[in-house]
Amino acid sequence: MHSAEVYLDHAASTPVRAEARDAWLAASNAHHANPTGAHYSARAARRALDDARDSVAGALARPPAELVFTSGGSEADNLAVRGVLRTRGGIAVCSAGEHHAVLEPVEQTGGLMVRLGPDGRVGPDELAEVLASASDVSIVSLIAVNNETGAINDLAALGEVVRTHAPGALLHTDAVQAMNWLDVGAATADFDLVSITGHKLGGPVGTGCLFVKAGIDLDPLILGGGQERGRRAGTPDVAGAVAFAAAVGAVTAGRTEMVSRLGELRDRLVDGLTESLGDRVLATVLQHDPSHVVAGIAHVCFPGIEAEALLYLLDEQGIRASAASSCSSGAQDPSHVLAAMGVPRQVAQGSLRLSLGHTSTSHDVDAALRVIPPAVVRLAGHGGG
Amino acid sequence: MTEGPVMVAMSGGVDSSVAAALLIDAGHEVVGVTMKLWGGPSDNGCCAVSDVEDARRVADHLGIEHHTFNFGDDFERDVVGPYVAEHAAGRTPNPCIECNRHLKFDRLLHRADALGFATIATGHHARIVETAAGPRLARGADAAKDQSYVLHVLEPPVLQRLLLPVGTITKADVRRLAADLDLRTATKPESQDVCFITSEHGRKSFLGDRIALKPAKVVDRAGVQVGAVESIELVTIGQRKGLGMAGGTDPRYVIAVDPEALVVTVGDSDDRLVHHSPLESWRWVSDPIDAAVEIQCSAHGAAAPGKIGSSQVEWTDPHRRIAPGQSVVAYLDDVVVGGGIAGRG
Repeated sequence: MHSAEVYLDHAASTPVRAEARDAWLAASNAHHANPTGAHYSARAARRALDDARDSVAGALARPPAELVFTSGGSEADNLAVRGVLRTRGGIAVCSAGEHHAVLEPVEQTGGLMVRLGPDGRVGPDELAEVLASASDVSIVSLIAVNNETGAINDLAALGEVVRTHAPGALLHTDAVQAMNWLDVGAATADFDLVSITGHKLGGPVGTGCLFVKAGIDLDPLILGGGQERGRRAGTPDVAGAVAFAAAVGAVTAGRTEMVSRLGELRDRLVDGLTESLGDRVLATVLQHDPSHVVAGIAHVCFPGIEAEALLYLLDEQGIRASAASSCSSGAQDPSHVLAAMGVPRQVAQGSLRLSLGHTSTSHDVDAALRVIPPAVVRLAGHGGG
Repeated sequence: MTEGPVMVAMSGGVDSSVAAALLIDAGHEVVGVTMKLWGGPSDNGCCAVSDVEDARRVADHLGIEHHTFNFGDDFERDVVGPYVAEHAAGRTPNPCIECNRHLKFDRLLHRADALGFATIATGHHARIVETAAGPRLARGADAAKDQSYVLHVLEPPVLQRLLLPVGTITKADVRRLAADLDLRTATKPESQDVCFITSEHGRKSFLGDRIALKPAKVVDRAGVQVGAVESIELVTIGQRKGLGMAGGTDPRYVIAVDPEALVVTVGDSDDRLVHHSPLESWRWVSDPIDAAVEIQCSAHGAAAPGKIGSSQVEWTDPHRRIAPGQSVVAYLDDVVVGGGIAGRG
């Protein structure tokens, strides 16, 4: 259990970037005052916070006033869906493959789900069909990049479908997994609400934001001192915001290089697994159009293999990966995303997500290709594990 | 000593916590595992999130790795489904025995094989004794806490690979050791009853969500109706209350349940006793024993002497009726020698 770590779980959380760590340390040394105060030190903290706001908003080409700092993606998603529903009433529509931070608020309020295609994406026709079946849709939430499979939704096309079939509805996207790989600002320009988190980018856990287009009233989740223009009370986390902004800056500047470098590594990983394991491995979404999958995620299924047992064997040899989302007990739950794509449960139970990030190297891929195939073969010899 | 690492099934209770500690103390390489079996609401079971957390924190405290395995599909198929079906058939199942059979000592052992563990361990109060014919399951050192009844289905090939570290000490010793080691589970109450049924909503609500509960009439031995029940699926042999009977008579007890005819038959105190109890299945651990053995028919009940005859128990002294579906376990000198399921008679 103590082999050298080969970290292939960047989509769960990625190491903090040096830029973000340095920025956090500098800001927390410099700013001890509450940025809502009036004195000199408070004003300095306020300035750092608003510089961070300008910087993150600039990276997405959105007005800084739209940006609400949150504790991360889940809070941003909840604020979007619940905040809109509580202000406007009506129901929410989302895809059945959303992150639970969207799925649960939508389910809890009696919303509707759109199933996914076999490529892991939302189809425009399926979306139109669901929208046509309801008259009071006030918000439609569609994930930009699926956190399990890496499938990229065509937000521009889906946005048009919403504007046509539910013209009164607001458009939200959870872009948490997209920032590393896509120009989120361009892809979401037409969206009213966009969720981002820091820790998938190399920023600190506990940072993130929701963009809220001007003129949209949101009922806040947290009441108190009226911070963030009344949309999120609580003393702002200046150092966190500064570090988040540094991570967004680093990701934006290095995106082209990272996509190309990690895309090559990812392809080598998937090709290598296929070469060793033949039809024992199924490239779930990558077997469709690979340009519709982000560069850093290799999602595969080993039909008949128990992911839990596989992850154990990989972990023992230092390979840190994941399957579907982990439930609160730490056990692996069957993937709702694969279920929404129509993948049979027996295949979905053998899912593995290998996700690359800014610290990934060719050695990580070598190690994975050395360890994974024999582990799969071993489990196959034990009835799947 | 057993070679290789040992996988300890840790429920988050005090017994399996101490089992892990004792194995570490004996020099084993130990990995803790908690099985997540039930996703539904449960407040007294073995797989609530707080129990997983207790198991994990005890493992942290002991300095061992801890993993959680989700066997929810297996549990639903092999334990919950059959439990509901048994009640629907008017029988009284032992889900804990089915869980031990299918989950702990089939599914978990299978997983242990796949992951390279030759040996598994649990915190059950029972012992494994070596005999000339191989390993046998025996009662734990603490007679009041003995769990050999719910483990009786384990076959010698499983016993060979199993360690029961707390089976040789008393529950009081377990608690004392846990307190000495400063384990957070030292004073944790024991789990009771069926883990997937909450004390708040109970059996009726659980079964009612899954099957149609049927009303039945309650008759005496002459067939005269004396009461009624709302759900025959919830009635068990020996039951005295909740039968809708007028008071003022001598106590009457359920002596038969007929779910097809929707009739529950009651009798007086003497009618509860029988000389023979039917068995619908029986397996001897090795050679059949044609002599009196000690026979136990419930998890916490006392054993009574009797012989295992052809498809029935022949009691030495008259014995209370056994609910169909209950496990019947035979002991000779505290060693499990056979087991089966009570039938309808």
